[in-house]
Amino acid sequence: MDQHSAPDIALDGITKRFGDTVAVDDVSLEIPKSSFFAMLGPSGCGKTTTLRMIGGFEDPTEGRIELAGQDVTRVPPYRRDVNTVFQSYALFPHLTIERNVAFGLQQKKVPKAEARKRVAEALELVHLEGMAHRKPNQLSGGQQQRVALARAIVNRPRALLLDEPLGALDLKLRRQLQLELTRIQRDVGITFVHVTHDQEEAMSMADTIAVMNKGRIEQLGSPTELYERPRTAFVANFLGVCNLMEATVVARHSDVVELDTADGARLHVAADRVNGSAEGGRLRVGVRPEKLRLAPVGQASGTNVLRGHVTDASFLGVMTHYVVQTAAGASLTIVAQNDGGEGLELIGPGREVDVTFSPKHCFVVEEEHDDA
Amino acid sequence: MRTTWDRVRDAALGVWAVAALVYLFVPIFIVALFSFNDNKGRFNFTFQGFTLRHWEHPFAVEGLQTAFVNSLVIAALATLIAVILGIGVALATIRYRFRGRTAIESLVLLPLATPEVVLGAALLSLFLVGGVVRGFVTILLAHIMFTLGYVVLTIRARLEGMDLHIEEAAMDLGANEWQTLRKVTLPLIAPGVAAAGLLAFAISLDDFVITNFVSGQTQTFPLFIYGAARQGLPPQVNVLAIALLLIIVALMFLNLAVQRRAGQRDAAASAVLVR
Ligand SMILES: Nc1ncnc2c1ncn2[C@@H]1O[C@H](COP(=O)(O)OP(=O)(O)O)[C@@H](O)[C@H]1O
Ligand SMILES: [Mg+2]
Repeated sequence: MDQHSAPDIALDGITKRFGDTVAVDDVSLEIPKSSFFAMLGPSGCGKTTTLRMIGGFEDPTEGRIELAGQDVTRVPPYRRDVNTVFQSYALFPHLTIERNVAFGLQQKKVPKAEARKRVAEALELVHLEGMAHRKPNQLSGGQQQRVALARAIVNRPRALLLDEPLGALDLKLRRQLQLELTRIQRDVGITFVHVTHDQEEAMSMADTIAVMNKGRIEQLGSPTELYERPRTAFVANFLGVCNLMEATVVARHSDVVELDTADGARLHVAADRVNGSAEGGRLRVGVRPEKLRLAPVGQASGTNVLRGHVTDASFLGVMTHYVVQTAAGASLTIVAQNDGGEGLELIGPGREVDVTFSPKHCFVVEEEHDDA
Repeated sequence: MRTTWDRVRDAALGVWAVAALVYLFVPIFIVALFSFNDNKGRFNFTFQGFTLRHWEHPFAVEGLQTAFVNSLVIAALATLIAVILGIGVALATIRYRFRGRTAIESLVLLPLATPEVVLGAALLSLFLVGGVVRGFVTILLAHIMFTLGYVVLTIRARLEGMDLHIEEAAMDLGANEWQTLRKVTLPLIAPGVAAAGLLAFAISLDDFVITNFVSGQTQTFPLFIYGAARQGLPPQVNVLAIALLLIIVALMFLNLAVQRRAGQRDAAASAVLVR
């Protein structure tokens, strides 16, 4: 493969078994140069194991790992051009901050003067200029996190591997460091592989997200793609609240597909969202809560109209959360922007309402495959 | 309100504590006192006057110097070797799962649970059957064997509390296994290693039972004392015993002081953080 066009990181059929547990199951992916790549999934889905195999701390049971086109599957961590920011930070407690950050440069025999300069730059990058002579236990959690980042980034690796780097911090600090991490990634232009179980964190920071479940990659794409067009119920639910309705295909046209729900309502879904299902095929149609509109009975117009009654409404100021029970018994969550300033008089709890949504806001997910 | 009962209880507690301390320290005090005894003849049982004579010539008794030096050399060598082996065993059994790990663990710790006479007798028959000439080397081997368990236990305790990712971080930053051991693992377990070494040294220095089985013609300090005791202990023995005690206590305080300094740094650090 051409060295220059090769992706920074490529996994080819990577599987990792611990005894009977399959931690990572046949994962293949390519992470392009200078991207901010997130691996998102619930706890225990194999994110850390995947990252550790890229870093060289676990040997894959099967498969190949390439860095910039070079096979590194059996290469020890100290000869791989990637650096890790550990979830526990793993700073060297017996060394000062300065010497922690300088560790990698010393190993690489970078001349003293240059090393000192680069350490100072790295500490400046993470706003820790004044802390150089402290020991790690004299810093707060957030500051230790930054040291871990500086210690990795100062080596200018091909890629930086971050395992839930913000997981141990409180919410406010986490938001602040999320912004900082994205800024730093843009500044230094190094590929970041960021592992997290927080979908907001992944969506707000990454260019590309791989959603993992039970050791496999469920779907890979940009945050918008994953949010607007999830391919599985798992992805749809993991990236936010979503309404899923069982439906049967009744007709296919060039631009839309018509489906019937269990309570006899006719749905129209943009044709490019429905792959390959012939007439009579059963599907699940999904819509995000903010894409649904509510109207008093009879006043709704549009292609997709579902009749139901409001069972719950909570006014939150910026928006109102509704729960609507359809005739077929499906329960829909609806988020309405408070842009009109009306209260709950017209569509409060107990009212009959029509729920409408556009065919282009629908997505279709595969049937659940329960192979756990 | 302090009742009479409270006062009685406090007084009783004080008396009790003093009694316990007296119980612990009187023997040592007697040993120290009789090292200054200007004794006439072989016996050193009645105090006959103060002298610094024995402290000035601690090796004035025949064979004492050799025995004492043997003990120190054996303790130092056994400690050194047991600590080096112990670091290896502790690292291997904590860090890695491998076939025979449990076997190694129990074999190393077994001498801790075995009565010394049994160990000594077993070693003696081993050396007899093997036709090994007993002496300095057999004593050294025996001492390495029975101190190893203590060393491994002490170092393991330190390793168990250590974040594994710290060593991975070193490798991540370009240090190979050996460099990681030297630059990260050893500095971090150093307090445990120091404590283990101190313990091994003290245990080796005062061992009598096992040494007696495997010593052949070689004398150690405890063996010498045992032999001399039958004809009356020369005061030089008291001098050397007290000197040893002082050395070991000094080492212990040094160890404590170093660890407390580290602890105070941590405490000061947390205080800064709380702010
Ligand atoms: N060293 C190990 N030994 C045995 N099982 C492990 C080990 N590491 C991870 N696992 C198992 O592999 C699965 C994936 O773990 P992990 O990669 O840590 O998940 P995540 O980081 O997504 O929470 C889990 O079921 C976990 O219990
Ligand atoms: Mg994890």
